[in-house]
Amino acid sequence: MSDRLHVATRKGLFTLERRGAGAWAIARTSFLGDPVTAVLDDGRDGTLYAALNLGHFGVKLRRSADEGRSWDDLDHPAFPQVPAGGLDATPAPPSVSQIWSLEAGGTKEKGKLWAGTIPGGLFVSTDRGSSFGLVESLWDRPERTKWFGGGYDEPGIHSVCVDPRDARNVVVGVSCGGVWVTENGGESWECRARGMFAAYMPPERRDDPVIQDPHRVAQCPAAPDVLWVQHHNGVFRSVDRGRQWEEIPTVKPSVFGFAVVAHPRDADTAWLVPAVKDECRVPVEGKVVVARTRDGGKTWETLRRGLPQEHAYDLVYRHALDVDGSGQRLAMGSTTGGLWISEDAGDAWSLVSANLPPVYQVRFS
Amino acid sequence: MPRVRFTPNLERHVSADAAEVPGATVREALESVFGENPRLRSYVLDDQGRLRRHVMVFIDGNQVHDRDRLSDSVGATSELFVMQALSGG
Repeated sequence: MSDRLHVATRKGLFTLERRGAGAWAIARTSFLGDPVTAVLDDGRDGTLYAALNLGHFGVKLRRSADEGRSWDDLDHPAFPQVPAGGLDATPAPPSVSQIWSLEAGGTKEKGKLWAGTIPGGLFVSTDRGSSFGLVESLWDRPERTKWFGGGYDEPGIHSVCVDPRDARNVVVGVSCGGVWVTENGGESWECRARGMFAAYMPPERRDDPVIQDPHRVAQCPAAPDVLWVQHHNGVFRSVDRGRQWEEIPTVKPSVFGFAVVAHPRDADTAWLVPAVKDECRVPVEGKVVVARTRDGGKTWETLRRGLPQEHAYDLVYRHALDVDGSGQRLAMGSTTGGLWISEDAGDAWSLVSANLPPVYQVRFS
Repeated sequence: MPRVRFTPNLERHVSADAAEVPGATVREALESVFGENPRLRSYVLDDQGRLRRHVMVFIDGNQVHDRDRLSDSVGATSELFVMQALSGG
């Protein structure tokens, strides 16, 4: 079980430690005042990474070899500079405006990192983040020009799932651009979104794989062919690594939301945090709840013990729900600065803080 | 030589000392600074070498026109000031 949790927020990175049963406390604060959009605690070598978005001064990537006591300022993932004269092109040449996901490569790929960004660039590093290269095989796909922004002005890659059995198998989620899969370490890619649909689109584009908006893709580590997606239009599940998706319409109290996590060992168990709907992004009836299935999505429990049940308007962003390696401990952070932890797979939750900055990501180490 | 100064707000993140540097355009002057202080570049310019959207550069109190190529002329005694636009909450 994990006794440490990183919480990336709009105004800093907070690292919590467990001091006893249900007792978690902030042990370290980093980057206070600065937006931290992603955090990665790399279990392969203990390195900690934090992606910042300083607003005026742009995207930054920081690395710590001493658990956050000190940080190195790295070159952030960046698009290749266009030749002189290319700046007038339409669309304008790209520049990374946010690092939206940071993931470790396979256990045997020491130092390999994946970074998903807005506007839609996937980057890879093989030297612990000291340098990154654009994955051109995905960026150069002609379908990429059909991607569009959802929530942000430009499309973005928010999910990168590396297959624990074979790290050449990588699943990428794009808002709004579908789910993309490589089986050869990124040499080539296939869009796998068959079965997903977007009822809000013009009818002729409803089923178009490359415009789907998977808000978050979660992979079961013990059964990596099982994928869960909280989509803008509902919840979907695949048991064949994205070749076919099945709608899961049974989620209570709603099928809209952003976050989803998969149980580390049980392919039939997953958790979601439902909200009303896309044009009203608050908990249903002002009650914060977590939805849990233990039967592959056929039925759902509504978990609410310890969570605010009156006039609560906390939204949980796509990276702000996490489960540890045991499947027992969950953490959840909200846009209004609430942070809750469960130590019994979501049956009961404890409030850790109601006063954090808006939470972008929670992540167990 | 023109003198380049940076908003003190940058000091929270990166060293940004004022410097007198060679350069006949904003690009040339900034590149001279970045040549000495490469970490500073990505705080001011984006991936394509354009001014970041919320960064402003003044030449003797006047806002630069060319934010992409940074071709505005700089006089031998000009003062450039690099600052952040005001935004956020």
